[in-house]
Amino acid sequence: MKILLTLLALTLSSLVNADLRGTGDMGIIIERASGSVLVVEHSGETVLHRIEGLGDLSHASAVYSRDARYAFVFGRDGGLTKIDLLSGTIIKRILQGGNSIGGAISQDGTLVAVSNYEPGGVKVFSSEDLSLVADIPAIPAGGKSASKTVGLVDAPGNRFVYSLFDGNEIWLLDLSDPTKPDVQRFTDIGSKPYDGLISADGRTYMAGLFGEDGLAKLDLWYPERGVERILPNYGRGEERLPVYKMPHLEGWAMTENFAFLPAVGHHQVLVVDRRNWSEKTRIDVSGQPVFVMARPDGRQIWVNYAFPDNQWIEVIDVATMKIIHKLDVGKGALHMEFTPRGEKVWISVRDEDAVKVFSTADATLLKTLKALKPSGIFFTNRAGRIGL
Amino acid sequence: MLFQRIHKTVLLALCLTGAGASASVSEQRQQELIYLLHQDCGSCHGMTLKGGLGPSLLPAALKSRPDDYLRHVIAKGVPEQAMPPWEAILSAEDIDFLVQHLTRRTDVPEMNQ
Repeated sequence: MKILLTLLALTLSSLVNADLRGTGDMGIIIERASGSVLVVEHSGETVLHRIEGLGDLSHASAVYSRDARYAFVFGRDGGLTKIDLLSGTIIKRILQGGNSIGGAISQDGTLVAVSNYEPGGVKVFSSEDLSLVADIPAIPAGGKSASKTVGLVDAPGNRFVYSLFDGNEIWLLDLSDPTKPDVQRFTDIGSKPYDGLISADGRTYMAGLFGEDGLAKLDLWYPERGVERILPNYGRGEERLPVYKMPHLEGWAMTENFAFLPAVGHHQVLVVDRRNWSEKTRIDVSGQPVFVMARPDGRQIWVNYAFPDNQWIEVIDVATMKIIHKLDVGKGALHMEFTPRGEKVWISVRDEDAVKVFSTADATLLKTLKALKPSGIFFTNRAGRIGL
Repeated sequence: MLFQRIHKTVLLALCLTGAGASASVSEQRQQELIYLLHQDCGSCHGMTLKGGLGPSLLPAALKSRPDDYLRHVIAKGVPEQAMPPWEAILSAEDIDFLVQHLTRRTDVPEMNQ
């Protein structure tokens, strides 16, 4: 009897153990045309689940709960969907706006903020049950109608920072007391901010400007000093090319000494010295950069491009500031995501319905996964990063 | 106002180029253009074309816009509004097809307009 019980206990525990796994090597891939996401793992590079019914996922992005088990997916149609990576299911889905562009999770993990085009503003939800906590319409100073909001990121102190595309403002939203949201506005920050990023230490917020050259920078250690313009003249005297796709800014583009930024309307990556925020150099590239992303160790920068050059990926060696690889990965290379320590990079290739995994050591193709019109790839190591 | 200004330029452009005559595009090119419309124009106008950073391109939203105006906006862009000119990439026939497709399409359910 005793032996039987022991056997039973052993069997049970092994069954339970078979189901246990960590989420640290997991992630999701947005399938933009079919309203679905793939849950993947990057140790064996396999697809674990496909979750359907997430609505319009063009331009969708995601953030993670602090336990890296749940993803919050922000859809174009205003959908906010909380999914469970382990079970591969939707926990809850709400339609919170008419047209939205992305979101962020608060420092303490309790609040999820969503940036909306229509109606313009930011809404904040409980990460637990997606109930509404705060609704902050983005009415610019002296304006009547709400602006589209872009470049929403989290900042230390349970704050969020974002920019007003039509209002030329940056807003610092303090939710340290969620019942009393407090907004600090910075006006006249530059023309048409199209996206924003915050440095990994949560100190520096930058908004890229579409309506003029340069970027707006806000030092969150000293918000009272206001917004400063950097690289105001990077395109001066040169004709700007048509912009077929707005660049993206994300905290990935910062290395220890430099920030690497897409030039709007030019085939260039701008390199900024982080000590004094002056221009260090410009690197000529094969198209208009969309994402400019540093490998986690900061030694390489991987760049993808806007239509009609979106089959190219180029790799910049930071030590020499030279392009060391030019890869033809296939039409519609929309997004890149590094594994947490950067030995590999996953690249979504929309027009081939594929996600391609490359070694970053020598830029060789290691594996191709099938995915339907893939766009954003988001690994769970973002859960512990400010601004992602 | 912008609309009126552009409209005037369009009329002038039309007189000069004779654009606006309908020309045919091959079946294959039509598919390519529809793909481009949703995937690449979609990066600003939304993949379902209901709008994003750029305005909605659904038939209801375009109802008040004359075809000539739409042709002009696609070809020349609206620089101050972040709309790029497509004439370097699309032929006049391509643009004609897109305008026809956008304004005459019947595959959009009423509720989405």
